[in-house]
Amino acid sequence: MFWIFLLAIVVIAGVGYMLGSQRALQVADGKISALHSRPAYHGGYAAILAAMPALLLLCAWSIVSPGIIDSIVASRIGNLIEGMSEIERNALLRDARTLAFGGLVAGVTEAKTDAAEIYRSLIQSSSIFLGVLIALLAGVGLYWARSRIAREQRNRQFVERTVMVVLVACSAVAILTTIGIVLSLIYESFYFFAQVNLFDFLFGLQWSPQTALRADQVGGTGAFGAIPLFVGTMLITAIAIAVAAPVGLLSAIYLSDYASSRFRAFAKPVLEILAGIPTVVYGFFAALTVAPFFKNTGDSIGLTISSESALAAGIVMGIMIIPFVSSLSDDVINAVPQSLRDGSAGLGATKSETIRKVVLPAALPGIISALLLAISRAVGETMIVVMAAGLAANLTINPLEAVTTVTVQIVTLLVGDQEFDSAKTLSAFALGLVLFCVTLALNVVALRVVQKYREQYD
Amino acid sequence: MTDISADNRLISQRETSIHTDTEARRRLAKRYAAEARFKYVGLAAVLVACGFLVLLLSTVIGQAINAFTYHFATVEVEVPAADGAGTLEERRRALLQVDFNGAVRTAVRELYPYVTSRRDRRALNGLLTSGAGADLRAMVLDNPDMAGTRVPVEFLLDDVGDLYMKGLVTGSGDTAGRGIASLVQSGDAIEILSTSNDFQPILAEVKAELLDKAEGFRDEYVRLGRVENRLVGQIAALARDITEATDEDRPRLTKQKEDLERSLGSIQDSRAGIEQQAVALEERAAAVNVREVLSPDLPSFLVNVNGGVLKVVEVDVTTLKGEPIIPPDSLDDAQGGDWSITRLDVPEGSRKMTDQEIVWVEKLNASGAIERKFNTPFFTSGASREPERAGLWGAVVGTFFTMVMTLLLSFPIGVAAAIYLEEFAPKNRFTATIEVNINNLAAVPSIVFGLLGLAVFLNTFHLPRSAPIVGGMVLALMTLPTIIIASRAALKAVPPSIREAALGVGASKIQAVFHHVLPLALPGIMTGTIIGMAQALGETAPLLMIGMVAFIVDVPGGPLDPSTVLPVQIYMWADFPEPAFQQKTAAAILVLLGFLVVMNLLAVVLRRRFERRW
Repeated sequence: MFWIFLLAIVVIAGVGYMLGSQRALQVADGKISALHSRPAYHGGYAAILAAMPALLLLCAWSIVSPGIIDSIVASRIGNLIEGMSEIERNALLRDARTLAFGGLVAGVTEAKTDAAEIYRSLIQSSSIFLGVLIALLAGVGLYWARSRIAREQRNRQFVERTVMVVLVACSAVAILTTIGIVLSLIYESFYFFAQVNLFDFLFGLQWSPQTALRADQVGGTGAFGAIPLFVGTMLITAIAIAVAAPVGLLSAIYLSDYASSRFRAFAKPVLEILAGIPTVVYGFFAALTVAPFFKNTGDSIGLTISSESALAAGIVMGIMIIPFVSSLSDDVINAVPQSLRDGSAGLGATKSETIRKVVLPAALPGIISALLLAISRAVGETMIVVMAAGLAANLTINPLEAVTTVTVQIVTLLVGDQEFDSAKTLSAFALGLVLFCVTLALNVVALRVVQKYREQYD
Repeated sequence: MTDISADNRLISQRETSIHTDTEARRRLAKRYAAEARFKYVGLAAVLVACGFLVLLLSTVIGQAINAFTYHFATVEVEVPAADGAGTLEERRRALLQVDFNGAVRTAVRELYPYVTSRRDRRALNGLLTSGAGADLRAMVLDNPDMAGTRVPVEFLLDDVGDLYMKGLVTGSGDTAGRGIASLVQSGDAIEILSTSNDFQPILAEVKAELLDKAEGFRDEYVRLGRVENRLVGQIAALARDITEATDEDRPRLTKQKEDLERSLGSIQDSRAGIEQQAVALEERAAAVNVREVLSPDLPSFLVNVNGGVLKVVEVDVTTLKGEPIIPPDSLDDAQGGDWSITRLDVPEGSRKMTDQEIVWVEKLNASGAIERKFNTPFFTSGASREPERAGLWGAVVGTFFTMVMTLLLSFPIGVAAAIYLEEFAPKNRFTATIEVNINNLAAVPSIVFGLLGLAVFLNTFHLPRSAPIVGGMVLALMTLPTIIIASRAALKAVPPSIREAALGVGASKIQAVFHHVLPLALPGIMTGTIIGMAQALGETAPLLMIGMVAFIVDVPGGPLDPSTVLPVQIYMWADFPEPAFQQKTAAAILVLLGFLVVMNLLAVVLRRRFERRW
């Protein structure tokens, strides 16, 4: 329905534009120079007046109406849902909504079909009402705009002001996204921490989020100590950095200081390709090639290596961040002023001595911040670990064993059917909040360091 | 005179200088060696990175290459009669009542009339894809004239059969029989006697396996011996302890000792048993002229004689016993060279296809009915749990809708934000906040955007789960920073003279930007957008959060239908255990990489053609 209305509003805007510009020519007797603004701006004026209020109404309506409809349905079938728990009631309403939209649900009951019927009629009347309102708003706007168009009217300014408002609104989307992320994570985590103690979560050593669905079921309450996840994440990240840091840094040095231009022309795109490969491909590579390879190698030399070892996931993740490290280090190394290198060469140092004793120490803050960014990338990486790392939360730092990570747990907790108010589901948001805070902190620190360091040589 | 003496002094000085003596030369050589080492370490790092890429791509391509072709079998089918009248929908419903599966089954049985037992017949039904009946029904729906006739119809082979035809189930080799083979019926089986020692290699393998097993037992025997020694030592130590222990400790220690003695006894027993087994096996291996039974852990041997195929079950030097998979036409003697032995390298116990099935497929192949063709269904069908029927099309369409939504949302918003920030924004707190925000958003893990989508779009706004529209919205938010940053760079690259000239001839600021700056910056903006879209195309994690991981068989018809996308399809297929799915996964990866390459090439071309240096 939303889309049909949106299309209609676009059509209305087009009609408004045509009518407006025609009207402008009409009032100017065909002499464009007699107008203050060009006819196109008058057209734009009419289009904005006709379509903008309708568009705002449509957006507001689609945000607000589902909640209103929900509560109306709930009150009308009040006798049916009496005595139900909050969860059951929500499940019923959700199924009814699905039914009303022509979907399929398991276990169709009379209550559900009744509710679906109410839903259907409410949605129908709501969209008729909305349609009438939109037509009314558009008609009035168009009529008013048309009657106001005159030779002296400063419609260019009006249109430009509107454009500016739209531009500012678009820039605010970035802020809204951040606010949305923070609020949704905090909101859901808040519910989680109402059920689980914050300190138990941050410092607990046991992670087994399976909770009993009903009170009479066996299965306990679940344990939400996230330390095993943090340790697992750190272990895999450490392995990844151990691979990516030397390879990335050394290749950046080689490519910027030693390589011939022909070799560079070949090697740089290779690194870029490595950066452009989707992570799910790395995950496939890790799970089906690298992990079995390690397992078989381990078997043949008498070492038990888990088929979901942290080593395999970590190394493949390291490969993934090599280009990231190398391009960042490349920037940093190139930012070291030539005069430092020249001075070192003038003292008789060889190239490698210059790099090791002069360039690298000078670039150290930048390199550290590059590594921080790489760590933040590795911590937040999901697909490789989902496909290649384990699910069981082992508290170990042995890279040959299976560990699990924060991102793996978020995915396993949220993929599939969820009960939206159980601690199990909500814990994913708490983990997400931790993940967001950690990566944000790493980024802020890294960017600060880079900024300080740039100023040093500017 | 003085000059010469000064020279001499200089020379002698130089000889003794710490910068030129042998010590110094050694130091210098060391420094140069360090220089060379450093250089080679750097080169090695680059090569390692390149090597990883080559390894990754070759793994994927090596796996994928097999999924692009498939084996089809042409079988003559007696198509059941069906009502050919009415609308398409009526006919479709009528055809649902007709037993096409039965027709296909009968057609396959006609090819193998000697397969009679219930179990074998069921196995025979697995020769073709399990959806063969449905395929036939679709064909009849398209072409009503087929009904009630006998026509050759092309079906997909079963996925394991296809793997076998591609040589991925087992290797095999034929050896021609040298002696004259005489056949004797004995019960259900057939005994073959060869005048030459044709069966010697088979027997040798059986014996080698026996020895192998015996060696395993011997190893176990030795290992248990070590355990036994340790236990004996522990018991002795305990015995000493008991004599020295206080009265209160004694019962506990005595109990411990008894436990240990019990386990020692059981270990000694099993050791003896193991040794007996090893000896028995070794005796069997050493014996001459004893008939041995082939175990399923051994490579399979098939005898092709008189148009039949026998599976070897027992063998000695000159005779073997075979169970007929295809009965021979006659029991006449076969001359040397007229019969042969086929060895299937992978033991029957460790492959997914029985000897019987291999023989059936081989027979079908020998009759010319199997053809390897381009795997069109892989590109045209939707998801399926059956490896041979699973296709990419559903995921490709879902990807298309998702990407369109992403583009529609992120391009206008991103460009508008970039224009505002670069051209109009005053330097104040608000704009500074936005800038910091955008930089930080670019580094937020993608899965967090998925959480945002789940909490806001699904749970607050009740948008449909698994729908491309929600996926597009999430990915749009994720690519927004990329597009904004790239667009700002492109706008910044347009020289101020352009703006000033436009303002000079009386354009308003907005006119100057929209009429003059933006068109010039557009190629750069497009390049950035394409790169952002390529990122979004490869993204998986946030889409898992909003339920695009559901198993959806139908090809989506619009942005509101539940669907999945290519990377998620790859993720799901990678989880399936069938080897055929692994190849499909790799093939899907190649398709995805293909799209990415095209997009990146487009970006490069745009940059090359339209980029201006001012």
